Amino acid sequence: MNALLIYVVSGITIGATYALIGSGFVVVHRVTHVVNFTQGTLAVFGGLISYSLLSFSIPHGLAEVLAVLLTGLIGLVFAFVTIGKRGTPPLTALLITLGLSILSEGIFVTIWGQAPIAPEGLGGATVLLGASIENQRLLTAGISAIAFILLGIFFGRTYLGKGMTAAASNPRAAALVGIDSRRMGFIAFAIAGMLGGLAGVVTAPFSPISFSSDLPLALGGFAAAVFGGLSSPWLTVVGGLVLGISGQLVAGYFGGSYQTVAALVMLLVVMIARHKSLSAEEAK
Amino acid sequence: MLTLEDVVIRYGSATAVDGVSISVEKGEMVALVGPNGAGKSSIVNAISGVTPVASGTIIVDGASAQVPEGRQMFADMSVDDNLRLGAWRVKDRNPAAIYELLPDLARMKDQKAGTLSGGQQQMVAVGRALMAGPDLLLVDELSLGLAPLVVADLANYLIELNASRGTTILLIEQEVDLAFRMCARAYVLEAGRIVASGASATLAADPQLSAAYLGGIEAAADRKRTK
Repeated sequence: MNALLIYVVSGITIGATYALIGSGFVVVHRVTHVVNFTQGTLAVFGGLISYSLLSFSIPHGLAEVLAVLLTGLIGLVFAFVTIGKRGTPPLTALLITLGLSILSEGIFVTIWGQAPIAPEGLGGATVLLGASIENQRLLTAGISAIAFILLGIFFGRTYLGKGMTAAASNPRAAALVGIDSRRMGFIAFAIAGMLGGLAGVVTAPFSPISFSSDLPLALGGFAAAVFGGLSSPWLTVVGGLVLGISGQLVAGYFGGSYQTVAALVMLLVVMIARHKSLSAEEAK
Repeated sequence: MLTLEDVVIRYGSATAVDGVSISVEKGEMVALVGPNGAGKSSIVNAISGVTPVASGTIIVDGASAQVPEGRQMFADMSVDDNLRLGAWRVKDRNPAAIYELLPDLARMKDQKAGTLSGGQQQMVAVGRALMAGPDLLLVDELSLGLAPLVVADLANYLIELNASRGTTILLIEQEVDLAFRMCARAYVLEAGRIVASGASATLAADPQLSAAYLGGIEAAADRKRTK
């Protein structure tokens, strides 16, 4: 029972990470129709930047917030490179994001080296129903929940968020009322940068990251985003949690080597199952 | 209020609009009529700034807003949100004045725009355009896909708006008889060129023009009666 609880809680924290990264995919795709494969890269940036800031004796809290903001800035730079030129087709933009991701791996190795890095996180553990859960994992779940609520408030309640939704919903009408879809795309990339950065910042203390962590993080996030049809943030959260929990259960009961296989099988199943709805979305 | 001089619009190698010149005075209500594919929507989109012109000049003396062809709702958003987004370029985003003008919209303010009827959506589109506080209102295909009674209501509203507020209106319309009833002056567009212009009554009375470019005013009236 204790083992099951630990697997589930671990799964929730990893799933929250996937959901954060997946939400980044969704935010960018909704507004620009671009699949932004720098999402995993942005998570790695977040974790590594927070490590560097902490090593410069910047206090906890401030270091993590700065890391998230800086990752948002990196997301904005990626936006200028990816969609800065008006009329860039989404497929071209996708390839640019892949290129940026590969380029970033070189930057990671140059600045932070090849060894996995784990910034200092929240120490200690909390006993829940007899199972000892790391506090950093609980913090990850809590912060992720707050991030999703803030994201919901931003898109559902603020004028800018509604403008972004409008640009995604009907670009022509948005242009007619004066909403600049490209500018909304830049903002979407910046938000996605912060979401990815947050995922890296909260996850790295219990799951060390390195230059090569971007792909597995991006894959997990993409699978969650596909679960949400690349358009629904809430279904992306569900997809991330399902992916995280099922992955941890598979790893716990069948061995860690099956975890990635389980994630990829789930991605495949979801993509086949959602093929029709995604095709309909493309047809719009 | 609006001046187009020798405007040319191209899509690749195809010329959609070829040397069009139009002028609309402040407070006027002018129609731009012509068959499907004549280039009417290209012109109105160029005036709105969403379609680039290859050559020529467009001068708008004041702010303009467009009621687009096909209504173009933000379908998953409420009527209230649709209206507020119409004020993207201006500071006053309170739709209270629009609700006063169009009380029907106040009653459906929380409904998703995508769930409304065509006529209701057209009303939202008009309200959304008015949220921008335009000096010039561009109305693209008011009657498209709507029942005659609904069109008549919307037409009366626009006439009232023009008369009471002095809002300049350029009406782009396929239904020639409707356009001529609403507007004192009109331009006739055919294959990207202005082929006639002047008082609507004069244009309507010209049997050759009517037969050649407008499908016949009487024929249009007959079509309407049989709907």
